[in-house]
Amino acid sequence: MAQRIDLKDLNVYYGSFLAVADVSMTIEPRSVTAFIGPSGCGKSTLLRTLNRMHEVIPGARVGGTVEMDGVDLYGSDVDAVAVRRQIGMVFQRPNPFPTMSIAENVLAGVRLNNSRIGKDEASELVERSLQGANLWNEVKDRLDRPGSSLSGGQQQRLCIARAIAVKPQVLLMDEPCSALDPISTLAIEDLIADLRSEYTIVIVTHNMQQAARVSDRTGFFNIAGTGKPGKLIEMDDTRTMFSTPSEQATEDYISGRFG
Amino acid sequence: MSSTDQQPARPAPPTGLRGLVERRTSRDLAGRLFSATATGAGALILVTLAAVAVFLVVRAWPAMTTPAEELADAISWIPEGSTLLGYVGPLVFGTLLAAVLALALAVPVATGIALFISHYAPRRLASPLGYVVDLLAAIPSVIYGLWGGLWLAPRLLPAWQWLADNLGFIPLFREPASTPPRVIMTVGVVLAVMILPIITAVAREVFLQTPRLHEEAALALGATRWEMVRMAVIPFGRSGLISAAMLGLGRALGETMAVFMILSPGFTYSFELLQAGQHQTIAANIANQFAEANPLGVSALIATGLALFVITLAVNTAARWVVARRKDFSGAN
Repeated sequence: MAQRIDLKDLNVYYGSFLAVADVSMTIEPRSVTAFIGPSGCGKSTLLRTLNRMHEVIPGARVGGTVEMDGVDLYGSDVDAVAVRRQIGMVFQRPNPFPTMSIAENVLAGVRLNNSRIGKDEASELVERSLQGANLWNEVKDRLDRPGSSLSGGQQQRLCIARAIAVKPQVLLMDEPCSALDPISTLAIEDLIADLRSEYTIVIVTHNMQQAARVSDRTGFFNIAGTGKPGKLIEMDDTRTMFSTPSEQATEDYISGRFG
Repeated sequence: MSSTDQQPARPAPPTGLRGLVERRTSRDLAGRLFSATATGAGALILVTLAAVAVFLVVRAWPAMTTPAEELADAISWIPEGSTLLGYVGPLVFGTLLAAVLALALAVPVATGIALFISHYAPRRLASPLGYVVDLLAAIPSVIYGLWGGLWLAPRLLPAWQWLADNLGFIPLFREPASTPPRVIMTVGVVLAVMILPIITAVAREVFLQTPRLHEEAALALGATRWEMVRMAVIPFGRSGLISAAMLGLGRALGETMAVFMILSPGFTYSFELLQAGQHQTIAANIANQFAEANPLGVSALIATGLALFVITLAVNTAARWVVARRKDFSGAN
């Protein structure tokens, strides 16, 4: 179910502006990989190239390769829509569909793939996905209420349930806790720990403690200055990164000396 | 604190608390002025609405209270044995039929144009197209009437004949199609063109306001562009689309000149859309009869106007109700 991702010489552009330069890395299956770094260093941009959401922005393009299980996601015969069905995404701000109920939100992605899902099958999937997202007990009595009636943390877990309902290979999380309070953040972090056994997870975070808590491997990104492209400075096991990083810049950032 | 106790004679600086208090009173004045103006403007709308309603009721009163026989005697165009209600009924029917036809034709097209401009067209094409649509709204209705009656109607005739020949078994399209096609169907088409710009303009604005978050949520789930529109854009814009349609309906209900210049009038409850001399709308009928009406006749016409007023209010209330019914699920919260 989970697969590894290889990035080779990846350059990410907005029009003619090079936002992220020369990134090569391997993301291991069934693990949590965290991207950290100061604002504007291209972590979120890089994350969005992994499921081809980057190209949704007009003028945005990508050079280099992103291979999942040996297949280049940017190959000419690969459909972006198919890529996104394999690689789920959770956004910075919770974004359940406001016009859909909680149950419909969970099923939204499934209905795209297979609109003829049976009623029993559907309710079973709703329960399984919501349980997977640690939300079932809180919402099981109001599945027909709008998704927007939930609290921010619950909405974010609903979005995770929606993403895992389609059984993706990979789950991308773009600062999933930055709009949440500490208790909701804890709930999401627990959830990430649970999901790790089944999915390949890539998480972008501004919170270094969070990266240290949830991830197996950490990549540190930095920019030389405004207008310069973001670069991957160093990537290693999280424990190593937070104790004995090999780059001075990483140590400075982690110990709070800049950024 | 102790220093102020020792030097009480020192004058307070102008930026102190006193200065703040003074500034607040002058700001209060501006605030009060603004709130009074806003309240006044709001009240003015209610007063105008009430004034129109009172005028309609007062002036329609003579016709409404005159016995049916007297009314038919006094007014040449009310047939013998007909009551005022019997006269108004077919007019209401014709008005609603024309407006519904126009809406049925215009809403799908307007939605399509709005979606194209907001989500499909390349940027360079989208804004000029938007301007052109807005420009359509600026054409006076009498021009639409002339264009519809003189240019469009003859060109629609083959289409109506085809409908009558091939779908004539459906009562709506009973053959033969009237020639010239001064029929309610032609009116529906011209009204649809007239209300297209307003519906398109409002729908476009609503669709453009779809939060990027929701669109990306759909795309990230693996939605194609059309699926994204169906999952995020249309549900979000639903209440706005209904409002847009109601604005269009309001214009179609009240449209006078275009109908007056195209339709061959009649006073029946007929669903035969391709037959001339079957239908008439309230507004066009008032324009048609007003010049030659005697005082009681004018009163009767105003009574039909009162009916139009009530219909429009009812339509708008119904639209509000539809929008409010699914408020929890709207994108607004």
